[in-house]
Amino acid sequence: MTAPARLDKPEVDDEVTPDRPWVAIVWNDPINLMSYVTHVLMELFGYPKAKAEAMMLDVHHKGRAAVSSGTREQIEHDVERLHAKGLWATLQQD
Amino acid sequence: MRFVWSRGRLEARLEPVEAQVLQSLAVDLLELLGPQDATEQDPLEALVGMQSGPVARPTDPALARLLPDAYREDEDAAGEFRRFTEQSLRSGKRAHAEALRRSLAPYVKGRRIPLERELADAWLGCLNDLRLVLGTRLEVTEETELDVPPDDPRAEALSLYAWLGWVQESLLAALSRR
Repeated sequence: MTAPARLDKPEVDDEVTPDRPWVAIVWNDPINLMSYVTHVLMELFGYPKAKAEAMMLDVHHKGRAAVSSGTREQIEHDVERLHAKGLWATLQQD
Repeated sequence: MRFVWSRGRLEARLEPVEAQVLQSLAVDLLELLGPQDATEQDPLEALVGMQSGPVARPTDPALARLLPDAYREDEDAAGEFRRFTEQSLRSGKRAHAEALRRSLAPYVKGRRIPLERELADAWLGCLNDLRLVLGTRLEVTEETELDVPPDDPRAEALSLYAWLGWVQESLLAALSRR
């Protein structure tokens, strides 16, 4: 048995707009090898080497880079896979 | 330590002392990650299909680096994400360390260790985890000088860290020739 559904209108939170995609961010860290970060981005997302390298260099020089975007569920899955590879990744709405 | 392609198969060729070091590091990592049953699911919750797991970030900085928060500015979302994912993240890392350890035991001098794809990936992942733990403990930055005088108290750990980086880099170079 379940509780009856709430009938009052839920509050609308401006911060969560369904239109804006979620992005996985990889952050710079002093430990991961540049070649390893490139390898992981190619392997997980199937990016060509040039694209993966450009993202890796963004992480290195700018401190962070968005590496994938999509629905919240998709990006949570991406972040989980990035963590499994040891990359420092978070997700946020674009 | 060398990674060599021989007749289409990747092999690790290493000295006994290198095998011993890697094995003992893998055992330390397994200890840090904790035993399998420490994070096992509550049977009742498993029965009703609920996911349960830790929600708080580990207090040990090295473990926290292996199991990072997925949300930077939303503690509740980070906790929920952790509750659903931390156990499988831990067990994946444990499996890599276990595979590395097993592939080196017992090590016989001159033995070539065949690294088929799955094992090579486990080695690569575990080498990275070992560097994350050691690098976090040593508080390395991009400016950290790894080559320090032998009387520096961190000399041994820093040279181990540098060696692991070199091994990982060598494995990556070999894999890119696949």
